[in-house]
Amino acid sequence: MMRTNLARRGFLFGAAGIGAGAVLAGCTSNEPQQQADQPQQANSGQGANSEPGQPVTIGFSAPAADHGWMAAMTINARSQAEQFSDVTLNATEGTNDVNQQIAQVESLINGGVDVLVILPFDGKALTQVGRQAMDAGIPVVNVDRIFDTPLAYRTWIGGDNYSMGVNAGNYIAEELKRQNIGNPVIGEVAGIDSLPLTQERSQGFRDSLQQHGFSVGPRVAAEFTTESGERQTANLLQGAQTLHALWNHDDDQGIGVVAAIESSRRSDFFMVGGAGSRNMMNLIKDESSPVRATVLYSPSMASSAISLARLLGQNKGLGDLAEHEIPAEVKTYSAVVTRENVDNYMDVGFDS
Amino acid sequence: MTKALDMPPVRSTTPGGRFRPVRVDVRLLGLGGVLALLCLIGFITRPDTFLTQENISTMLRLAAAIGVVSVGMTFVIIAGGIDLSVGSMVALASVWMTTLATQAYGPFVMVLCAMLVGLGCGLVNGFLISYGKVVPFIMTLAMMASARGLAERLSGRRTQVVTETGFTDFFRGSFLGIPVLVIILAVVFVVGWIVLNRTTFGRRTFAIGGNSEAARLSGINVKLHTAIVYGISGLCCGIAAMIVVARTTTGASTNGLLYELDAIAAVVIGGTLLAGGRGSLVGTLIGVLIFTVLNSIFTQNNLDTDIQNIAKGAIIVGAVLLQHTTLRRRRGKPSAPAETGNQPTQPTGSQS
Repeated sequence: MMRTNLARRGFLFGAAGIGAGAVLAGCTSNEPQQQADQPQQANSGQGANSEPGQPVTIGFSAPAADHGWMAAMTINARSQAEQFSDVTLNATEGTNDVNQQIAQVESLINGGVDVLVILPFDGKALTQVGRQAMDAGIPVVNVDRIFDTPLAYRTWIGGDNYSMGVNAGNYIAEELKRQNIGNPVIGEVAGIDSLPLTQERSQGFRDSLQQHGFSVGPRVAAEFTTESGERQTANLLQGAQTLHALWNHDDDQGIGVVAAIESSRRSDFFMVGGAGSRNMMNLIKDESSPVRATVLYSPSMASSAISLARLLGQNKGLGDLAEHEIPAEVKTYSAVVTRENVDNYMDVGFDS
Repeated sequence: MTKALDMPPVRSTTPGGRFRPVRVDVRLLGLGGVLALLCLIGFITRPDTFLTQENISTMLRLAAAIGVVSVGMTFVIIAGGIDLSVGSMVALASVWMTTLATQAYGPFVMVLCAMLVGLGCGLVNGFLISYGKVVPFIMTLAMMASARGLAERLSGRRTQVVTETGFTDFFRGSFLGIPVLVIILAVVFVVGWIVLNRTTFGRRTFAIGGNSEAARLSGINVKLHTAIVYGISGLCCGIAAMIVVARTTTGASTNGLLYELDAIAAVVIGGTLLAGGRGSLVGTLIGVLIFTVLNSIFTQNNLDTDIQNIAKGAIIVGAVLLQHTTLRRRRGKPSAPAETGNQPTQPTGSQS
């Protein structure tokens, strides 16, 4: 009797387990979102340079796509390569292990690619392999995280963290002056403080505010994750009972920052983001959200890097410049996206 | 040797073990003193903002997720194990419950999904540890890697924003002036406390952690019990995932980063023996609150995160040292009644 009871119980538990498993498995789908992945890519090159030319094989190596911005870099590179019929993209699996990335680049060199596009996980650590490629006669397009020496790359293209801070500071200062707020309290939610990029952004922000006679008030450092953004901002808002403006370095963590602002139910200040995710751009459009602007650090640079690599492989220059060669350095501009111009920038917004 | 046990596992002299009077432990008093001291520092440095109702509510909301995880961790550590996979399980549950497919079923299924995913992962841990005889450290380390990997796989490393407003409205709201998240923490804590201190299940957990062989010989199904304990930890992670999603309005594979360290730190400074067999949920809760209050003090006073990390480490060591000295002083007293003569050197008593 006892045994049959237990067997029945076991059967019921087993069935419940299988049922729960089936329900859970049905919950893993993210299908509709996949469609949103496609139109990441903006306009490709126009003019004579976009005409198909000599075929180019481009090797591409980047860190693991572990956050929205980095994922967008890889997606942009791939979709830009697809735009050109004369480009074959040889992309490696993204990794955050420096040794593995070095090995990947070495295998791309040995595989005989024409041009390399490298977004290093750590610029210093990959300098050597960049030089190795250059010495082997393969031009290297170094993306964003710069190598230690110009000998390791033919062209560098990247964002400008310092200007990003400067532009954010200028926008905030001008907006506050327009509202006639004297002696404002300006907060800052930084990224990981130990990274040079965070330090440069903060420095630019400080410098530009100083130009306007303002200074940075309460400051916290999050970790580029929504969770840390929410936690740090919740604390910051508690400490700063008066606040007029808030700059958040990174739109990936920005979702958490906005969540914290919303749950504090405060509307006495405005917020400016950084990087330019599609999510933030939508919030900028939304009148009721605290987000007024975002400063670009756009992953569209990965698309440009592929275009530059193609032109390098075909020995062409940039169409509108008098130079015969591709410039050695290209620094992207950190435009300020506001409600007025946001529609022009939706095409470079990325999914965080 | 250990004549001054705080409370022996079975005390036949007290009638009705179910209704023992709650005895306050000196170590908990010391820990509470540290917490009170921190609150005092906060109040002195920021009198206008620190002990306000909003700040206390913010701090408790921030403590909710890690607090719930720490309750599960206390069970595991008391049972003589360790669970390194909590952060990854939080990430996986938060991602799984926020996929578009899950969100389409509505808030109830989202909650159920988080709990089932957490419970499932925890039980996988538990059954492989107890029946597969994998060392807990290794098993949960493996789960830590794979659960986060699966979370990245499901989310495509994107941040999944919750569009199901029913879920966010409910969990970000308040009930009788108390945030729902804080109520969840309180319920989990009270249920955990009752299970641990007032049921045979809790008694057996202590027994297994103290000496699993003795527990087995006394007729406890050690394997099944251990598996269930890891299941509890997983379930707590599922609940914590709900809290994180409610706070940040997102599910992401970056959620719950380093939760395992925060939870273990809180449990250990709460006076739970890492070797198992002794521990206190009240201590764990105070441990969690100490870290939250510390974070709040540092942010409100606009101090750098690096100083905060130094202080965090110092407090862990300081709290453990404090417990040792108070314990030694108590042991030195001859008045402590010698209740057990032939115990192993491992203390197996429990408190609150």
